[in-house]
Amino acid sequence: MATPLTLKELSKKEELFTHGHRMCAGCGAPTIVKMVLLATEYPVVAANATGCLEVSTCISEYTAWKIPWIHTAFENAAATLSGVETMYRSLKKQGKIDKDVKFIAFGGDGGTYDIGFQSLSGAMERGHDMIYICYDNGAYMNTGIQRSSATPMGADTTTCPAGSCVPGKLRPRKNLTKIMAEHNIPYAAQASPSHWMDLMKKVRKAHELPGAKFLNVISPCNRGWRSKTNDAITLSRLAVNTCYWPLYEIEEGITKVTYTPKEKLPLLDFIKPQGRFKHLFEPGNEWLLKAMQEEVDREWAKLQAAEKCGC
Amino acid sequence: MKQKGWKDLPPGSVILEGGSAARFKTGSWRAFRPVWIEENCIQCLFCWIYCPDMAVKVKDGKRTEFDYDFCKGCGICALECPGKKGKKAIEMVEEGK
Amino acid sequence: MAKVVAVTGNEAVANALRQVNPDVCGIYPITPQTDMMQRYASYISNGKVDTEAILVESEHSSMSACIGASAAGGRVVTATSSQGLALMWEMLHIASGDRLPIIMPVVNRALSAPLNIHGDHSDAMGCRDTGWIQIWSENGQEAYDNTIQAFRVGEHMDIRLPVMVCMDGFIISHSIERMEYLEDDEVKKFVGPFKNLFPLLDLEKPKSYGPLILTDLYHEYKKAQHEVMLKVKDVVLEVAKDFEKMSGRKYGLFETYRLEDADIAIVILNSAAGTTKDVVDELRDKGIKAGLLKPRLFRPFPYEEMAEALKNARAVCVMDRSDSFGGYGPLFMEVSSALYQLKNRPALINKIYGLGGRDYLPSHGEMVFNELAEIAAGGKIKAYKEYIGVRE
Ligand code: SF4
Ligand code: SF4
Repeated sequence: MATPLTLKELSKKEELFTHGHRMCAGCGAPTIVKMVLLATEYPVVAANATGCLEVSTCISEYTAWKIPWIHTAFENAAATLSGVETMYRSLKKQGKIDKDVKFIAFGGDGGTYDIGFQSLSGAMERGHDMIYICYDNGAYMNTGIQRSSATPMGADTTTCPAGSCVPGKLRPRKNLTKIMAEHNIPYAAQASPSHWMDLMKKVRKAHELPGAKFLNVISPCNRGWRSKTNDAITLSRLAVNTCYWPLYEIEEGITKVTYTPKEKLPLLDFIKPQGRFKHLFEPGNEWLLKAMQEEVDREWAKLQAAEKCGC
Repeated sequence: MKQKGWKDLPPGSVILEGGSAARFKTGSWRAFRPVWIEENCIQCLFCWIYCPDMAVKVKDGKRTEFDYDFCKGCGICALECPGKKGKKAIEMVEEGK
Repeated sequence: MAKVVAVTGNEAVANALRQVNPDVCGIYPITPQTDMMQRYASYISNGKVDTEAILVESEHSSMSACIGASAAGGRVVTATSSQGLALMWEMLHIASGDRLPIIMPVVNRALSAPLNIHGDHSDAMGCRDTGWIQIWSENGQEAYDNTIQAFRVGEHMDIRLPVMVCMDGFIISHSIERMEYLEDDEVKKFVGPFKNLFPLLDLEKPKSYGPLILTDLYHEYKKAQHEVMLKVKDVVLEVAKDFEKMSGRKYGLFETYRLEDADIAIVILNSAAGTTKDVVDELRDKGIKAGLLKPRLFRPFPYEEMAEALKNARAVCVMDRSDSFGGYGPLFMEVSSALYQLKNRPALINKIYGLGGRDYLPSHGEMVFNELAEIAAGGKIKAYKEYIGVRE
């Protein structure tokens, strides 16, 4: 029987992702990995794209992973894992392995939205039995906060620095969750570590659906977001409650919002505590703040409409 | 510790011991230390689930002490702790004080 | 009992792979390899093999998936050419660094730009430093035989390295030759069941593949990789011996043709060696002591053995079907490194021939031998490196 999704019962499970990893203090990503593995009730093999999570959890002779884990390069976690999964299928077919094994890939937004986009798209289209989980911290944080296609509009990064002429990133984010859903995969969803139960339910649901699944999880980074070390959970909660990062799922093409904030907070509540948006509060940048709020409102309205029409 | 020579290495740099990072202590990274105030604790386990460093020890479904060998002092547990009647069950105290 | 057939190089190698019956293969089209894996796909579709295919969206993903599959624990193949091999470049290093015995036929083809689909060696030579074993083949028979032997070499427990089996695009991949096939069960027995080293799918013993290794151990890991390469020659010879017992066909680190007493010699890879052997025969008929050396194992390179084989020649030309622009051809660089260790070494020149599928004709071989004869007779070397068969 599956472990009930209560913290009390979950806390009795063996942690398959150990302490002693070297992620920065207060990083959101390890908490996400912990939650994903706690929710998983099967033997599981993980692949990891090059990035913060990878370099900090498997270095020299120290690995934080108590499950089989593989990293090969930056742009190919999905392809690498599709190889592992295919070997599993081959050996199972030949009667050389009998267990039911699940497969999870982890990649940051650089390794997922950008350089790993093709390999991810290929693996999703082929329908390998895996969950690809993006921990989206909105920039290339491992190399020092460079802009990615997941960087939010208005953000200051080291490659689109807020200067006297250009106020940070001018383009909105790529909507990767929807793009993945459009691969006709059984399940694509967005989650946040603040809403641990929602996240774990999504992981469980994804494991039960055969084929390729995609989960996009917001992952606060206090270094890149220029926030405090203690606010990863608070900020991810604000991302949800401002509808900057709505929690929803697209199952077999049907959109469902899994959590609607009681009161939709202004986007300002999410961006104010983050130094990467500091420049937006200088005179002259009001238009950008307005555009950012409008983008969030528009996307949220589209999502609600999609849910309503059952598509 | 004697460093390994090339003949001592496993082919392909594969790490053969899962979870070996548990031997690498990160407690020295800490500038602030979380202190647990047991009487204010309602055993919600939010600190446990939200800690990025698996540094809140739990036994039989109940929170016990912090694992200071690994806690990096981020303060997430303290911020997320609801405590009892508005009184936090975790307080961050500067190290060395 | 051997079966005599008339097939193309691609067909022969696809058949070798079918006889080996790997667990997983990566498939992606690229000329002139395409029809090899197309044939393999039809074996899969018709239940002739147990293999699961991964129909990837690029060669980069193909090699990535092969690495994942090989690390998972099983026998893995893919095949490619040219741009596809170039796109894999990053992952080639990872396959060898992770010590995964992936077997990959490479149907040699020129590299862009300009775009060209025909045979030369630029692709495989471009990845000679990727840590892969490279075995080169003159014709379809050799490509077939080498493919079968490659599994034993790469998967050897003392080696565990990926292997490329090279053959010339179109000239070999698409030409029909008479050759001999081994029986399915002979091949099966020869190759044996796949032995795992550190299978990721061994769930009881979770392993981590691909750690970050910094200044503390990286240098040691690379030294270990070099050292294991040094063991490859012996294994190649041991496997070749077993193969000869089964097939009657003899293989070494390289092939020598009338080289023993030769004054002048050409060192040349793959299909052009066949043409050159005819030239050698003609010259021998005229009483000219010409000979040939055709490398088979290019990585690791058998320096001492090759120096020994060439030491009595007076003048040698290394012919390269690829170039290191601004440098010598890659094969020349290796042969010259080998000969440098000799006290008395032959004069050495380099010719670049046949790029982008430009025909290599017997007259080219003759011309080179004539030049070598002049040098051997005390004539001056006019050019150390020169393109032949090229218009002004
Ligand atoms: S301070 Fe941070 S690392 Fe330490 S126990 Fe609390 S949440 Fe964990
Ligand atoms: S979060 Fe606070 S109240 Fe909840 S278990 Fe931890 S210390 Fe106790």
